Amino acid sequence: MTSDAAPEPRDIAVVAFAQSDTLRSTAEVSEVEMLMPVLHDVIAQTGLKTADIGFTCSGSCDYLAGRAFSFTLALDGVGAWPPISESHVEMDGAWALYEAWTKLLSGDADTALVYAYGKSSPGSLRDVLTRQLDPYYVAPLWPDSVALAALQAQALIDAGATDEPELAAIGARSRATDNPRAQLKGPVPQGDYLVRPLRTGDCPPVGDGAAAVVLAAGERARELCERPAWIRGIDHRIEAHSLGVRDLTDSPSTRLAAERAGAFERPVDTAELHASFTSQEVVLRKALRLGDEVAVNPSGGALAANPMMAAGLARIGEAAARIHRGESDRALAHATSGPCLQQNLVAVLEGDPR
Amino acid sequence: MPEVLKAPLVVEFPFTRSLGPVQSAFLTGLRERVVLGVTTRDGRTLVPPVEYDPVTAEEISDLVHVGTTGTVTTWAWNHEPRRGQPLDTPFAWALVKLDGADTALLHALDAPGPDAVRTGMRVRIRWAEERRGAITDIACFEPYDGDDSTVTVHAGEFEDPVHGIVAQARLDYTYSPGRAQTAYINALAEHRAVGERCPACRKVYVPPRGACPTCGVATAEQVEVGPAGTVTTFCIVNIKAKNLDIEVPYVYAHIALDGADLALHGRIGGIPYDQVRMGLRVEPVWSEGGRYPDHYRPTGEPDADYETYKELL
Ligand SMILES: [Zn+2]
Repeated sequence: MTSDAAPEPRDIAVVAFAQSDTLRSTAEVSEVEMLMPVLHDVIAQTGLKTADIGFTCSGSCDYLAGRAFSFTLALDGVGAWPPISESHVEMDGAWALYEAWTKLLSGDADTALVYAYGKSSPGSLRDVLTRQLDPYYVAPLWPDSVALAALQAQALIDAGATDEPELAAIGARSRATDNPRAQLKGPVPQGDYLVRPLRTGDCPPVGDGAAAVVLAAGERARELCERPAWIRGIDHRIEAHSLGVRDLTDSPSTRLAAERAGAFERPVDTAELHASFTSQEVVLRKALRLGDEVAVNPSGGALAANPMMAAGLARIGEAAARIHRGESDRALAHATSGPCLQQNLVAVLEGDPR
Repeated sequence: MPEVLKAPLVVEFPFTRSLGPVQSAFLTGLRERVVLGVTTRDGRTLVPPVEYDPVTAEEISDLVHVGTTGTVTTWAWNHEPRRGQPLDTPFAWALVKLDGADTALLHALDAPGPDAVRTGMRVRIRWAEERRGAITDIACFEPYDGDDSTVTVHAGEFEDPVHGIVAQARLDYTYSPGRAQTAYINALAEHRAVGERCPACRKVYVPPRGACPTCGVATAEQVEVGPAGTVTTFCIVNIKAKNLDIEVPYVYAHIALDGADLALHGRIGGIPYDQVRMGLRVEPVWSEGGRYPDHYRPTGEPDADYETYKELL
């Protein structure tokens, strides 16, 4: 017998989160050597064995280290024998988590390992990131990531949405974190202009690091974690590639993703935002309608540690970990990719009622 | 622990990219000192033009001329220009809405300092002296307080349109192979081969990468292997590689060094290419001052029994 009603989707939760320290340079270790302790940590938290994981998905980017197919070497750290069900996104690991979430929703797996890593230290990150831009009209001009963020910051200042002291306060608040994994914390001088109006303090530190989470479905999640962080909704949206087409003072893609993820149905108490620049937090707070009562980036966010390709996944992990610890009941996590918040992913996580 | 090896790594590529009709017209126009936009069905003019409406995804191709003067919509002062950027003196990045356009174009703005730049200021295009149909045909923008430009040319039809661009890219890295491979490379320079043993499955990996791909755990115990080994499989190369002074045909082989549980690969020399076979016993040959084996040659021992290397194919 068939029914017209869609089956109830399975409940899926983040049940463990681990991350490495984020360091300016990790030349002494290869990518897989940097990644392995994080994988072992996150697996150990659940008591699972590698062979028990139903699906593995990772996020990384070859341009960071300048080596093709580098993710295949990182697989050495997973233990890919006997053969595993595995996938990779050439993006932040938050998008790998999205893929894993759909895999679990489909019922093809009950558990998933999601990891992401990035080593920015071998290259010049500002130059490397120009290679993600429109290759016809923009990339030949080599506008670097700080310059593009600075255009957005100036647009916000011109619109009266923020000013330099407010941006400085965002940087200071982010780095006043007690997150032991943060690369930059405590009183950090606001510094000189890097690209005006952004000062060094408005920009994220450049660092190498890795993050990993374990997802589990239904009862399996309760077996693996005392207080699972249930993913109530997750969605990602993209805006026009061309910066001159977009209103840089707003992020409609973030707002739409949040709406589809159910973020506006009830207030959240925590928000982990992937705002790599102080000015982006201004845009995101507005798009997500976050009031002062919400704890924004208690982890320090990307301004305290910004391992490329792992920083977005770490936002979901940090939000989930607060639920695991009972410090949050309903949290929002956001990840971004591309210049000036081009692509945005929003996840809403909840703990069981207490 | 000895210091890890580091070396400069340059990744350089000239991407040859073809252009669609809209991009071709726009870039050819720049070569002829005219700027073209494309109009959407709802009447907006997009500059730079695209082939699909960013809102509706509808295909668009109606080209219109826009001005070569415009207004800054946002900007950022770049006091330290980086390699490849349009100007090598301090400049402002700017989004400029050209007269007649509804969207803004990103480029550099040449101005004496940040105090000379503001949102809303009027600017005009400074053309590059040599133009070939690329976004860099616009050298930059410059401040301008004259009249709005008048559009004098019509249609997007050009003789000898550009159909492609070559997008040069160069990125500079400092490559480090990490701890495990550093030890391997340093040992090779001393004419030794070292692998690492997995603490769980006891397999010895050469070259070591610091992890056992089967067990997913770190390998740490260093093990000396070789120097001789067995050809497990091979292929005959008939195409001469660029910048490589090796006569073809030659043989490239998987070689299981004695004591290793993973075959590495290398060139076989000192034997006619058509006499190389599975099971052939070989040893490394270093060239004068070489830091790694130039090739492997037969040891003269009897061939290895298939049973001894069948797990290493
Ligand atoms: Zn092993």
